[in-house]
Amino acid sequence: MIRTLPCSPLYINGYRLYILLFYVFLIMPLVTICVLAFNDSNFIALPWNGFSTDWFFANTNERLGLFKDTDLMLSVWTSLKTGFCVALLSTIVGTIAALLFEEEQFRLKGLLYFLALAPLVIPGVVLGISILLSSTYAGMYMEDHFGLSFEFLGPSFWLVVIGQFSFGATYVMLLVGARLKKFDRVLEEAALSLRATKLEVIRLITIPFLKPAILGAFVVAFLISFSNFNTTIFLVGSDPTLPVDLYSRIKFSSTPVLNAVSFMIVGFISFAAMISFVMNRNKK
Amino acid sequence: MKKKRSSTFYLLMAPVLLWLILLIVIPHLDMFFRSFRFESDNGAMVFSLNNYLSFFEDQIYWLTFVKTALYSIGVTFLAFVVTFPVAFYLTKVVAKKYSSFMVLLLLIPIWIGELVTIYGWMILLSDNGVINNFLVGVGLIDSPIVMLYTNFSMTIGLLYMSMLFMIIPMMSALESLDDSLIEAASDLGASKWTIFRQIIIPYTTPGIASGGIIVFMLVIGDYVAPNILGGKSSLWFTEQIYNKFLATFNWNEGAAFGFLLLMLSSGIIWLALRLTGQKLEKVGS
Repeated sequence: MIRTLPCSPLYINGYRLYILLFYVFLIMPLVTICVLAFNDSNFIALPWNGFSTDWFFANTNERLGLFKDTDLMLSVWTSLKTGFCVALLSTIVGTIAALLFEEEQFRLKGLLYFLALAPLVIPGVVLGISILLSSTYAGMYMEDHFGLSFEFLGPSFWLVVIGQFSFGATYVMLLVGARLKKFDRVLEEAALSLRATKLEVIRLITIPFLKPAILGAFVVAFLISFSNFNTTIFLVGSDPTLPVDLYSRIKFSSTPVLNAVSFMIVGFISFAAMISFVMNRNKK
Repeated sequence: MKKKRSSTFYLLMAPVLLWLILLIVIPHLDMFFRSFRFESDNGAMVFSLNNYLSFFEDQIYWLTFVKTALYSIGVTFLAFVVTFPVAFYLTKVVAKKYSSFMVLLLLIPIWIGELVTIYGWMILLSDNGVINNFLVGVGLIDSPIVMLYTNFSMTIGLLYMSMLFMIIPMMSALESLDDSLIEAASDLGASKWTIFRQIIIPYTTPGIASGGIIVFMLVIGDYVAPNILGGKSSLWFTEQIYNKFLATFNWNEGAAFGFLLLMLSSGIIWLALRLTGQKLEKVGS
């Protein structure tokens, strides 16, 4: 049953078979996309017509490859920009929130912490529409009463950033907070007794200790932003992010260029995962 | 406990308050109030329950609502059944040198993102997709069977995109389970089933609960899998909300629907927390 207990070969082999099937289930869609990205065909699925890199590089009437498709490259660029802004904002505010909830005692702390966790249990769609509703209302109000028009209050690049930040900060807070729980308070007290100010302690002692967690949280926030669809779809303006662009292509005009984009994403993520795996192993 | 606050405290408090009030509290209050606004015959906005009445009067809305709720619970249970053996295998059975690599493989689909993996399933399940070609090739079936745009394909998609979020909390619960407890029970002659039911399950309940809540939340609020894999016959409540906002532009009714979805998901999560004796604070960690 467990490593130290002997059990029948039938049981252990059956168990291994199940695990194998599970992993096949897991990687099947990814492998399929990666293989079909190189299919010499105008349709997204089978049959296999031979190897081709047309859907990456071609620029003909029939086939527009990924790197020649300016709309697609533009949405990749939008997603990268959005991801960076969201990650930066979420990391800053999420880290501050983690420090606040771990270090300080104040009234209504429980309520505020509950609110900070709320994005975990609010469906992404609901978060999207509620931010859309209130920001457009605020925009109308500003225009009616002050004659000011703010582009970011309507569906736009910055509204997407705001919307994704609203839950990105929660994840950062949890990741940084988990690391902060392992922090030795004596270090802070020592610094304080040596007349460092509270802010100096945070800047010179706490933040350096948290640095790996903060960097990790930045990457997580970026990836969450890069792949988000459910919230983004309600907030997006004239410049779609990659998932929004992919979605409308899947629904209305699917060509194998979708496979090519997916191949790039799968390849990049797998590569990054392997790098982090090897680096972690070498550290040990 | 009255003491003077340092300026650092306010420096930390300000951005957090701005985040929570401007982006969490106000939007949801706004959504709540908007859901009672209704355009009367003379074009003025009045307070009314009409947005909610239309939900109950139109059968398709509340049927979708009930279906979404039941399917979400079903998929959550399915995710538990499918992934629990995997979580157990990775923490207790497989040799330690393999387990970290196998865990890494679990994370890759999460980071790739839902849209790409769901798209992969669309190719796998379509009529001239990989699975149909394989089954015809092997000779199990004569002609392709329709799998895409059914409840079956939708369930597969929902399961695939959510189940991995359940493994990780279950693994961290299992990791803290001392092997000697299982060994002792085994020495005393307990069967595998007894060990599973009386030791492993009670011990991992916190992990199962937090994983289950995350899965349930992801499934009930999902739009991509039902919309891409589900087709016309399998409506999801998020699709109704989407239509209200981006197709018919009836935002007030959409707000009412959004509020109903929020009530449904938080209601079921609250119930699950009560039944398992958990706290939301622990789900986060």
